Amino acid sequence: MRRFVIGQAKNLIDQSRRRQLHHHKNLSFVSLIPPFSAPSDSSSRHLSSSSSSDMSASDSSSSLPVTLDTINPKVIKCEYAVRGEIVNIAQKLQEDLKTNKDAYPFDEIIYCNIGNPQSLGQQPITFFREVLALCSYTALLDESATHGLFSSDSIERAWKILDQIPGRATGAYSHSQGIKGLRDAIADGIEARDGFPADPNDIFMTDGASPGVHMMMQLLITSEKDGILCPIPQYPLYSASIALHGGTLVPYYLDEASGWGLEISELKKQLEDARSKGITVRALAVINPGNPTGQVLSEENQRDVVNFCKQEGLVLLADEVYQENIYVPDKKFHSFKKVARSMGYGEKDLALVSFQSVSKGYYGECGKRGGYMEVTGFTSDVREQIYKMASVNLCSNISGQILSSLIMSPPKPGDDSYESYIAEKDGILSSLARRAKTLEEALNKLEGVTCNRAEGAMYLFPCLHLPQKAIAAAEAEKTAPDNFYCKRLLKATGIVVVPGSGFRQVPGTWHFRCTILPQEDKIPAIVDRLTAFHQSFMDEFRD
Amino acid sequence: MALKALDYDTLNENVKKCQYAVRGELYLRASELQKEGKKIIFTNVGNPHALGQKPLTFPRQVVALCQAPFLLDDPNVGMLFPADAIARAKHYLSLTSGGLGAYSDSRGLPGVRKEVAEFIQRRDGYPSDPELIFLTDGASKGVMQILNCVIRGDGDGILVPVPQYPLYSATISLLGGTLVPYYLDESENWGLDVNNLRQSVAQARSQGITVRAMVIINPGNPTGQCLSEANLREILKYCYNEKLVLLGDEVYQQNIYQDERPFISSKKVLMDMGSPFSNGVQLVSFHTVSKGYWGECGQRGGYFEMTNLPPRVVEEIYKVASIALSPNVSAQIFMGLMVSPPKPGDISYDQFARESKGILESLRRRARIMTDGFNSCKNVVCNFTEGAMYSFPQIRLPPGAIQAAKQAGKVPDVFYCLKLLEATGISTVPGSGFGQKEGVFHLRTTILPAEEEMPEIMDSFKKFNDEFMSQYDNNVGYSRM
Repeated sequence: MRRFVIGQAKNLIDQSRRRQLHHHKNLSFVSLIPPFSAPSDSSSRHLSSSSSSDMSASDSSSSLPVTLDTINPKVIKCEYAVRGEIVNIAQKLQEDLKTNKDAYPFDEIIYCNIGNPQSLGQQPITFFREVLALCSYTALLDESATHGLFSSDSIERAWKILDQIPGRATGAYSHSQGIKGLRDAIADGIEARDGFPADPNDIFMTDGASPGVHMMMQLLITSEKDGILCPIPQYPLYSASIALHGGTLVPYYLDEASGWGLEISELKKQLEDARSKGITVRALAVINPGNPTGQVLSEENQRDVVNFCKQEGLVLLADEVYQENIYVPDKKFHSFKKVARSMGYGEKDLALVSFQSVSKGYYGECGKRGGYMEVTGFTSDVREQIYKMASVNLCSNISGQILSSLIMSPPKPGDDSYESYIAEKDGILSSLARRAKTLEEALNKLEGVTCNRAEGAMYLFPCLHLPQKAIAAAEAEKTAPDNFYCKRLLKATGIVVVPGSGFRQVPGTWHFRCTILPQEDKIPAIVDRLTAFHQSFMDEFRD
Repeated sequence: MALKALDYDTLNENVKKCQYAVRGELYLRASELQKEGKKIIFTNVGNPHALGQKPLTFPRQVVALCQAPFLLDDPNVGMLFPADAIARAKHYLSLTSGGLGAYSDSRGLPGVRKEVAEFIQRRDGYPSDPELIFLTDGASKGVMQILNCVIRGDGDGILVPVPQYPLYSATISLLGGTLVPYYLDESENWGLDVNNLRQSVAQARSQGITVRAMVIINPGNPTGQCLSEANLREILKYCYNEKLVLLGDEVYQQNIYQDERPFISSKKVLMDMGSPFSNGVQLVSFHTVSKGYWGECGQRGGYFEMTNLPPRVVEEIYKVASIALSPNVSAQIFMGLMVSPPKPGDISYDQFARESKGILESLRRRARIMTDGFNSCKNVVCNFTEGAMYSFPQIRLPPGAIQAAKQAGKVPDVFYCLKLLEATGISTVPGSGFGQKEGVFHLRTTILPAEEEMPEIMDSFKKFNDEFMSQYDNNVGYSRM
């Protein structure tokens, strides 16, 4: 029996989203309270709401071993704007909105800063959740009533998966690369997608794609003499991870004028530049479809990239988490593995790591933390080291592993759930495409704003041609111009976006990243508010 | 000519140096043998469900409902789920910002962190601040995050008990720090040897190492000892005087098999000590859903609580947590359920209490069976497993065995464990994986195999061991402490 998320359950989730109960307080406003001394009796005390730092120490105490001055400087150095300053301000505003509605020209905060679809109303794919529920509480499979509540193919799939797990123990640590049967399904899915075989032993399942990226950075970087080529603009996981591991980010600039194109000449130039400075460039990171830029690489471009990596002896780190988010008919996703194999390149020719995640696509299951990397072209002694690193954390979460296998082997024509699955999938993807277009058009109408189309992924990255007066005002506030714009936008409209500086950009250019994820019925209001704000901003700062 | 992209030589040295024996050589060999059809009893890792322990019913019901919220709308849901599970699922869903599929706050759902704080307050009798509690994908990730904060380079030393759970040595290696060992005293039931502690620190300092933190694992892994309150006070005073942050790995706090030394948290002891200690010692405490009587290893759910860390440092830790976006939401719900389980009067309480008690009482019995079993073997001496999930018998290898090991190119306890594996299918972890005194050998096994299978397993072990000892026995000087 088919179920869609309706009624009460959806309401529960809707309500919680509207409340957006983030109890985060802006940590930079924590007052330094004198040390708390415990009386000798051990009866419990009540914490007053502002004294949450009773248990935390004064920043100025230098007698403690762990202070801001003495922690790992790489931690201080790294940054991650997607959940940075703007978001902190937004959360404070959100709290304030509860009691001070009239103080603001908007009545809700709309988070367009993060690719978190289900927090903005996107529904999970029913079939996937059916399987996950059955695997969570396997006693359901022994009950006849279950057949009335779950589709027959979800029951079948749950049995299949459970039989692949030793002892059907979904609560046990699995093999450190992930459950073998699930990796088989993923390998099959990769083969079906690409037309080239995949080896389940090449798959390493991780809690989301991000830990896989960290593992590779750990492996590749020994010191600041090790460089990683990263696209600018880039998703700041890369810059943060490189900083945390003490390496050097070697930027290569995507060309905004040609739809964020990737030029091999630019890659070559940056590579030579880095090498001349004594940097050993170890890898090239490519995000395809791009984040924040949304471009989908052409196959020809991809072939050039593959050749480049092969010639220069670079590991190709292919972040392909948005592979199912393509919104334009003239572009298609081709995995780098497929491209390399189509060129006749095998294990001996190219070291390639491909990342995939359950967080994006049409499934948008961010909170599950599921993903994998497919590692090809490494010698066995290197792979052993990757395995070893994976084993220290034992394994990734089983539910996420199951979901990773499901997204790579979804319902097929003829399956009981196929019709409703396809309807859900197409519904989500076509809606995303519409929203991408609507927002892109709206942004391009704004004075001094140009915005490349979102060919894929989940973001728009408009370019702000800010008047000199605005730039000066930003400087006066000691903040980057795009940050200044975004803060103003937030305070005027409640819309949260991320300044382009968080992703890096060609110096002297300004952008912001906005997701296309708010539900379709909210988009007109967002467009109106954004347009009105921009108009008044330009009125204020026009040269 | 194409340059070689990534070969073994150019890998990060820290990665190459790090070792994690729990899934190392013995485990890989055992997996190979399993593929060849041999029956293997995996006692290498604290993984209860893999050895037949059943998940608790109530949390699985709640999480299943959270996975598929459409079930809550179905009029027949009451046929499959008890009312309190349904209510609890609704409760946790309401704490999320979009169900299980949305990234939560990078520190974890505020509502769950509040429940954790309440649990800590009930347990210790002191207030706990949810803002200082971060949920993580397993306690291991939390340990890595904190050590990453503390270790600046190889000049920084971390005091780690020996024998230790090799997450610590592996992580310190990966982060380029220095492990400063302090040896637990096997003859004193793996108690803390303060003199050894002082010596280790002095030696490290004389080599120019700044000792930054001290790790305690309480109850111990692999050693199982439960620290007394006096011991904890001593340790906290020591950390205060030596300016060390204390990392309290307390993941086994619900696995206690004797009554003389119940679990007391480091935080409680610290608060009991009052000023200047209670506000002058920095402490990070770790807990998980993987152990206890829950054993939900595969969920990857954990948390750490920070005490006396400056707000700016907490901010930095938050920043690094945000790069990973959020811990997995299902496990956060497991954590919420673990710290606020069914109460008397709840519909599911009786079943929950029965299941929990059953598991804990059985573990207590198995701890005894195993300890006694090992002690009945030739040349084997085993301290009682006071807590946690492991048995760590000392194997007194005859010189002939050590010689044979050398010839085979193996560390002696690895040699013994491999032979044990080939003969009996019992997959253990050699003591060298955890660290031990020079010339003294152990192996770690878990107390997790099913109770009905224990006698046979211990017989099998005894048969192998006693034959092994006879084979290599030459009556000339044994390995011993």
